[in-house]
Amino acid sequence: MPLSVFIVVLWMLAGLLAPLLPLHPEAIHLDRILAPPWVAGGLGYDDLGRPLLDRLLMGTATSFHVAALTVSISAATGLLLGSLGGYLGGRFDAVLVRLIDVFLAFPGILLAIALAATLGPGIDNVVLALSVVGWVGFARLARAQALSVREREHVLAARALGTHGPWLLFRHVIPLVLTPVLVEATFGVASVIIAEAGLSFLGLGVQPPAASWGSMIREGTRYLLVAPHLVLVPGLALFLVVLAVNLAGDWLRDRLDVRLREPRP
Amino acid sequence: MNLARLGGLFTTLLGVVTLVFFLIHWIPGDPVDVMLGESATPSDRAALRHRLGLDLPLYRQYLRYLHSLAHLHLGTSLHDRRPVGDLIAERLPATVELAGVALLITLAIAFPLGTFAAARHHTPWDRAAMTFSLLGVSIPNFWLGPLLILVFSLWLGWFPVSGREGAGSVVLPALTLGTSLAAILSRMIRSSLLDVLGEDYVRTARAKGLDDRRVLWRHALPNALLPVVTVIGLQLGSLLAGAVITETIFSWPGIGLLTIEAIQRRDYPVVQGCILFISLAYVGVNLLTDLLYRRIDPRIRTGTDR
Repeated sequence: MPLSVFIVVLWMLAGLLAPLLPLHPEAIHLDRILAPPWVAGGLGYDDLGRPLLDRLLMGTATSFHVAALTVSISAATGLLLGSLGGYLGGRFDAVLVRLIDVFLAFPGILLAIALAATLGPGIDNVVLALSVVGWVGFARLARAQALSVREREHVLAARALGTHGPWLLFRHVIPLVLTPVLVEATFGVASVIIAEAGLSFLGLGVQPPAASWGSMIREGTRYLLVAPHLVLVPGLALFLVVLAVNLAGDWLRDRLDVRLREPRP
Repeated sequence: MNLARLGGLFTTLLGVVTLVFFLIHWIPGDPVDVMLGESATPSDRAALRHRLGLDLPLYRQYLRYLHSLAHLHLGTSLHDRRPVGDLIAERLPATVELAGVALLITLAIAFPLGTFAAARHHTPWDRAAMTFSLLGVSIPNFWLGPLLILVFSLWLGWFPVSGREGAGSVVLPALTLGTSLAAILSRMIRSSLLDVLGEDYVRTARAKGLDDRRVLWRHALPNALLPVVTVIGLQLGSLLAGAVITETIFSWPGIGLLTIEAIQRRDYPVVQGCILFISLAYVGVNLLTDLLYRRIDPRIRTGTDR
């Protein structure tokens, strides 16, 4: 198993277990304000004297929570709507294609920023905003896949044997649409992690005192010269996890032997 | 461009406008509270609501909104009572400058890197170039920006930390904005060039005795760049959106920073205007790319869409 998959598993475990660990992300140590790791130990302390290691782990939980929920919701929605559109065709499909076009006419991150600003801060609203943006890519992919699967021989055979309706869709079409959607979902995880941190960086994500890697970077930029570790620690964690998720996605794609069309940037 | 495409474009634009309208009107807060403060008398509030048209049913407000958009009127800022169009026009040059320089940097990195990697396929050079590209895709701009500030502004003192004064001030924001795009584009150029290098006519060119450099520059590259044009166009659109975060990091006085400032002040007409403007610019750039692509590649002119 490559190193990237190991890092991703570590991120997931940390994200799942962090809320259960005896962490003190809000404990204030006045004697250690802005202390770097090599002086105070751990990963150093922030401008209020809070331990960065504890905050980083809570931030891991935030990013895992948002990524897991957002990608599940948007992949499931996109898979269902896209497969239905590609499989049914007709008026439903025409409306779906229009809707996808309108959503794709927005730059994704801008729509997420607008939604997050509209809904107000908070972790659930971040999930909602990113899911509203995220389902479109999955729907596009699932629809294209379902269009080609619909014409395959096994579907024709099933239809000739009298299978129809939801059974045909769920038993014979969706299983074949699923694999590329799963691979796309791993790349979706990377972009959701960046998007969550980006929204929190702009002050539109989770609110203090809760921790997110993005809000840690935002708070750290004020002390860039005196305490660069405030920006370096969460940024490095974010960078490594995103890199690992991207590499793990490549690995998964090769293993499952899926040829995706070049994703729209 | 045929009539069906034009109709499709129109429905897409209408969809964008409608989505932005309902998005902003879904906001729980009341703009009247922001303008008058919580202590205003009920009659003042009612008068203002009437003046702003907020007492009308939603569908009437929507029609009014479409009507004013058709007259290119984007509304008035709640913060300083100035027309939103003026505010955007004021900030536009800064964003255009940032996006333009970022695109130049992107091209200056991506072209040599992608071409070089494809020409040296399966060598350590190729792998190094692709590693750089992977790092570039994975680094978020709101981390890259502060890192660049730390090294090039605070430690080396080469560029200003923020703002838009002097010729050097655009370098770090443009680099921040352009890096991930350069990474995506160099991958695209490499794979497109590798495809073309495997074509029969390239083998013919080699067989008739042309040297590698001539084959690469005269025969392979022009054809490899065709699909890349589309990507550059889409990138230019996403540069406009990416500018929101980059402008915030560097206090770059463009439309992105205006959007974030307006969100913080709950200045809804300005938020609405900015998002609409950026989205329309994005659609416009994509459309231009599509048309340009049709001009330079005769093969798809007769083909149907999708």
